Amino acid sequence: MCAQILTFKGGVHPHYNKELTNRLPIERMPVPDEVVIPLSQHTGAPCEPIVKAGDEVKLGQKIGEAKGFVSVPVHSSVSGKVKAVEPRMHPSGRFVNSVVIENDHLDTLDESVKPKGDLEDLSADDIKNIIKEAGIAGMGGAAFPTHVKLSPPPDKSVDTVIINGAECEPYLTCDHRLMVEHPEMIVFGLRAILKALGVKRGYIAIEINKPDAIEAMEKAASGIDGVEVVRLATKYPQGGEKQLIKAVTGREVPSGGLPADVGVVVDNVGTSHAIARAIKEGMPLVERIVTVTGQAVKNPKNLLVRIGTMLKDLVEYCGGFNGEPGKLITGGPMMGITQFTLELPVIKGTSGILILPEELTKPEKIRPCTRCAKCVDVCPMNLMPLFISAYALNNDFNTAEKYHALDCIECGSCSYICPCNRPLVESIRLAKREILAKRRKQA
Amino acid sequence: MDNQFLVTSSPHVRSEFRIERIMLDVVIALIPALIAGTIFFGIRALMLTIISVATAVLTEYVIEVLTHKEITIDDFSAVVTGMLVAFNVPPTVPWWIPAVGSFFAIAIVKMCFGGIGNNFVNPALAARAFLLASWPVQMTTWTTPGAVDGVSSATPLAILKGSEAVGAQLPSLWSMFVGNIGGTIGETSALALLIGAAYLLYRRVINLRIPLSFIITVGVITWIFGPNGLFTGQFMYHILGGGLILGAFFMATDYPTSPVTPLGQIIMGIGCGLLTSVIRLWGGYPEGVSYSILIMNMVTPLIDRYTMPKVFGTGEVKKVA
Repeated sequence: MCAQILTFKGGVHPHYNKELTNRLPIERMPVPDEVVIPLSQHTGAPCEPIVKAGDEVKLGQKIGEAKGFVSVPVHSSVSGKVKAVEPRMHPSGRFVNSVVIENDHLDTLDESVKPKGDLEDLSADDIKNIIKEAGIAGMGGAAFPTHVKLSPPPDKSVDTVIINGAECEPYLTCDHRLMVEHPEMIVFGLRAILKALGVKRGYIAIEINKPDAIEAMEKAASGIDGVEVVRLATKYPQGGEKQLIKAVTGREVPSGGLPADVGVVVDNVGTSHAIARAIKEGMPLVERIVTVTGQAVKNPKNLLVRIGTMLKDLVEYCGGFNGEPGKLITGGPMMGITQFTLELPVIKGTSGILILPEELTKPEKIRPCTRCAKCVDVCPMNLMPLFISAYALNNDFNTAEKYHALDCIECGSCSYICPCNRPLVESIRLAKREILAKRRKQA
Repeated sequence: MDNQFLVTSSPHVRSEFRIERIMLDVVIALIPALIAGTIFFGIRALMLTIISVATAVLTEYVIEVLTHKEITIDDFSAVVTGMLVAFNVPPTVPWWIPAVGSFFAIAIVKMCFGGIGNNFVNPALAARAFLLASWPVQMTTWTTPGAVDGVSSATPLAILKGSEAVGAQLPSLWSMFVGNIGGTIGETSALALLIGAAYLLYRRVINLRIPLSFIITVGVITWIFGPNGLFTGQFMYHILGGGLILGAFFMATDYPTSPVTPLGQIIMGIGCGLLTSVIRLWGGYPEGVSYSILIMNMVTPLIDRYTMPKVFGTGEVKKVA
């Protein structure tokens, strides 16, 4: 086994705060009386509803049909009666057409939910089709349709698959617990991905702050040809796709390119697990693990939750707030999105609900930049955040573009380290949006 | 359960790294040198430093009040400037010299250009240059530590240069290392300065790129171009003498006036070292650290521009194996 610890250049070491939940086994949360399932939970075209108010639906039944190639269908996470198909508030901040289902608590399985047979008997196209029909989208947060990743254009030759178990975001432990509790499912999912791509080499990459996960995964992967568990340094953003590929293979995804350009496909451990379930049980993606955590949650937990359960229910199940909550975040503290309400459903990309106490979220005084160069030192993309940000804040987006604003992965390391509390990544994000808007206008 | 949640852009956590803490760390790192200066030159050195710091802080405060700007004296940067101005004057100067120097550093060099982060040269060094040009006699009258007031002596670099005090003996290297030699208040004790520098490195306030390339460059050049032919230079005297250690660790590393790119920082150090050596060996002035840093300060934007790090993924694409 390879005991070498792999990493990338740059990055930061935030307080991980994983001890709040990293020893707590995954707990199955009671299914609520009502679920709200948005018809867009992935990157790409939203689904078309194929049920209407009054329809009876079963657990695992398809309720939204994918429109186009870069899209995945949506399934019912309970059995019961459709109450409405209407726009509802979505964690992205927009109103999204959603199917509201009243749960009959019978969990009657849909006829389509049945094992898909032995992996050995399935062809690459079968596997991709199962994955698409199961509605699987990347579960690390970006929610990119998985079957699209597994169908690289013919001019790209993929030779390596990396299963991302880095989980470098502080606080989150859903991937960690999944690796500890279901390592053989993750390995099965990896084998399916390798077969779908016709690739021989697969890595499972884990940060060394999760020794129990490394041990479990090594045990599950032992004796499987071409599959290897690799150790990563504990550093943020180690799980960033480009940083992970660099650490594991030494290859640099070209600026503006995709992992397939260097022959790599990266999938999250949660995605791999979902693929295994779709093949072994025929169960589409209707539930996921959500870490409910933060100093402002009474009893932090790792919960197995049906898609469409309200954040409010999760927080209530975890004992409610502990003290005065300051920020409600879906995802982790480095890249997660703040929400202003708990009346939002869990979707396929919801890895965690983080509630930070008021005292940790007080806005601090922003001071002028002193050119201390800490942001240059930590930027994993080798950018100069101080300059891009300065141009962005001056509305000079052309110069920001010359300083490679579009290469920013928005990991937030620069803002994290800045001693003057400057809104670095925040303003670079603005620059990226402006530059892309201008490009679309010119196109 | 309905609460007012704060909505912001990510990231939602910040490091404990704060500019006021960084400046406080610099103040802490300068204290050993201040103690050494006080031991060797007497309580007068401490008094001059206090006057200098007080003037710097007061100047910044008054200007910000008068111009209705945010008061920024709580970031400790004026304290650092005040200390460095005092460290750059001889211990025998009249009390008003560091006061004028600090006023000049803050009012003209720092505040006129927009306050912290916007000055294009190091305020304390600009003040030193200003004082040296305005009061050259007071600014170059040195005393041997422990000597009675008024008894002047030469600095080791002046002796090396042979420009004055012909026949004076060079002090031992050990005296130079601990600081028992003529010089400004803060520059003489390499030992005390290195203790402070080690603290700054430990706290990650500075890195070694500028100081090391600066000192090594001076060492190599002064060794090669010795007084008795090539490779005969007394480079240890050049490293320990004058303001090199103080300048390399505490002034060339000044954030606003040094490059932000890793390569740029090394170029800054080498540039400072080259200029210092040229001034010391062939110029008419035994010291050269402050002028070399000031000159490099002014080319810092240019260095940054031409040393942009290679962005991830813009190099040659590594072919798939």
